[in-house]
Amino acid sequence: MELIRLENIYKTYRLGEVDLPVLRGVSLTINRGELVALMGASGSGKTTLMNILGFLDRPDSGRYWLEGEDVSRLSPDQRAVLRNQKIGFVFQNFNLLPRTTALENVLMPLAYSPEAISEREGRQRARRLLERVGLGDRLHHEPSQLSGGQQQRVAIARALINNPSILFADEPTGNLDSHSSAEILRLFEELSERDGLTVVLVTHDAGVAGHARRVIRMRDGRIEESAAVSAACGLV
Amino acid sequence: MVFPMRSFYRTLRMAFHALRRNVMRSALTTLGIVIGVSAVIAMMEIGQGSASAVKRIVSNMGANSLMVQPGAASSGGVTFGSGSVLTLTPEDAEAIDRECPAVHSAAPVVRARTQVVYGNRNWTPLYLYGTTPAFLTVRDWGDLEEGEPFTDRDVRNAAKVCLLGQTIVRELFGDESPIGREVRVQNVPLKVIGVLKRKGANLMGYDEDDMLVAPWTTIKYRVSGSGVTTVSNAALAAPAQGTLGFAGTPASADQSAVPLSSTAPPVRFANIDRIMVRAQSVEAVPEAIRQITELLHERHRIKPGEPDDFNIRDMAESTKALAQTARLMTGLLLFVALISLIVGGVGIMNIMLVSVTERTREIGLRMAVGARGRDILWQFLVESVVLCVLGGAAGIALGRLCSYLVWRLLRWPTEPSLPAIIAAVSVSVAVGIIFGYYPAWKASRLDPIQALRYE
Repeated sequence: MELIRLENIYKTYRLGEVDLPVLRGVSLTINRGELVALMGASGSGKTTLMNILGFLDRPDSGRYWLEGEDVSRLSPDQRAVLRNQKIGFVFQNFNLLPRTTALENVLMPLAYSPEAISEREGRQRARRLLERVGLGDRLHHEPSQLSGGQQQRVAIARALINNPSILFADEPTGNLDSHSSAEILRLFEELSERDGLTVVLVTHDAGVAGHARRVIRMRDGRIEESAAVSAACGLV
Repeated sequence: MVFPMRSFYRTLRMAFHALRRNVMRSALTTLGIVIGVSAVIAMMEIGQGSASAVKRIVSNMGANSLMVQPGAASSGGVTFGSGSVLTLTPEDAEAIDRECPAVHSAAPVVRARTQVVYGNRNWTPLYLYGTTPAFLTVRDWGDLEEGEPFTDRDVRNAAKVCLLGQTIVRELFGDESPIGREVRVQNVPLKVIGVLKRKGANLMGYDEDDMLVAPWTTIKYRVSGSGVTTVSNAALAAPAQGTLGFAGTPASADQSAVPLSSTAPPVRFANIDRIMVRAQSVEAVPEAIRQITELLHERHRIKPGEPDDFNIRDMAESTKALAQTARLMTGLLLFVALISLIVGGVGIMNIMLVSVTERTREIGLRMAVGARGRDILWQFLVESVVLCVLGGAAGIALGRLCSYLVWRLLRWPTEPSLPAIIAAVSVSVAVGIIFGYYPAWKASRLDPIQALRYE
């Protein structure tokens, strides 16, 4: 089932006098429950594409459907609500609030939720999610008391607190050692397979992309190739 | 209804959490507000204390006193002929004391200016007053330095007694105690029965201790002498004869003749020079003036439209000047306090700006998980207001401590001031909003993509 559909997305940044086209007619479809890798060298436009898909940025032209609804032209406030309700973000540098417990970090997005969730229900949900990512015994630890891999798990739990439709992970293993990386990637696979969550991994690392069932390659603001995982592996 | 309350509560909790994350810096940030508010509180409390003290001193100096004097229309005896207008009498003083609620006390005064002799020394006092025992109350003179005041009986008997001010005692007696000695005034021996406490110069700069006080009957009929034929019974005889002597028209002669033939002495014919009145308070002075005017109109049978035969003077000018000085001082203090609060507010803004820059990534993250611009604005605004209110509370405590110490150690009068506390709290909130708004607005305008990438 189709979750995301992009048609002919263009995005150009103005750097002083110079126009810098970043996306030049991107069209793609992502189905529900897919684990997709968005690959490309730096400057290929993959981060901009992720920002547009995640409602952090808006395209100059082109159309965007999410769950069948046209979301191409939304006000900043409407996009904020969609970010809160439909999107989960996981960042390379975790972006946890310092001196704040894992539980409070996971609870944070609920503060901006338009639907009223009681304090108790929120805490229950956060506890369940932390248990889900394997941190049931670290609820009241602060980020400084957690390893990189554990911090990224807290970040994933935070991204899931509002039951999003899609999870964007921007170089999620960029700051992790290989062991933690493998654990985190396994967690994404699990979330996709077992929980049916749609996950988009944005990376330039073919090893990371190898965990995805589908790879979208970008070059110079265009989608170069969308291949099944076996083909991607064969190319590498 | 439930949702905004909870959202406010969440924002508040978020603010406390954010401030707790950096306790030291929060404390230092709010120090400006603490100092500003404590300065306001301490100044207001000390200022209020001083204002009350000044008020007490002013009333001590006679700001709540009034003087009723015979008007031009009746002075010099020229109105005796008409018989319809009467000058001030001791009974007027009694009536004022009795019937005017705004009046604390009233005393008639007969003045003389003559030499006082003791042995081979002589001295002409500035004030030689004949009055009643109420005079000491009117002038708020309190107890005597030594001896006893004269009594109403002394007044009735025109007793040959007097009280002396410190200046006269010094000039005539030196270090000797004057109690029981006799001084001679116009060859009338007056026994000194008391010495007044030192009062110093009055508002006009005259030495108030240069005073001799005696029963008004004594001064009027024994000392002043003018028009007095016999010492005893003078109250009846002297004015009555005077009236007859000056009688110009048959009508007035008839009227004036009545007291002569009747038995009751019309004592109001005994003119006095003035009535000194003490109002209940400085504020009650205008009301006291109104009541006295009404009473005297009635007693003197002055019809509406007719000119008064008396006039009332108060210390309004002096009081106004003092009040103006006090207002000016309060204004200055508040101005200084306001400046310190503004400086405190600039400090808050400064640190909030630093905080916004420092927490750029946090702001980006919050926006990425769904915070709208106005959520961020609220968060930082509430943070700044909470900071200011906490600072204000600490400032109130510190200010009260300061004023307590000032009272304790320096013995300056201080008074707790509720308006100052209310003002301090509202000013802290205002400072928090005004100086927190710009940083909060700046935070709310950040682009989430750039904020997330900020190092």
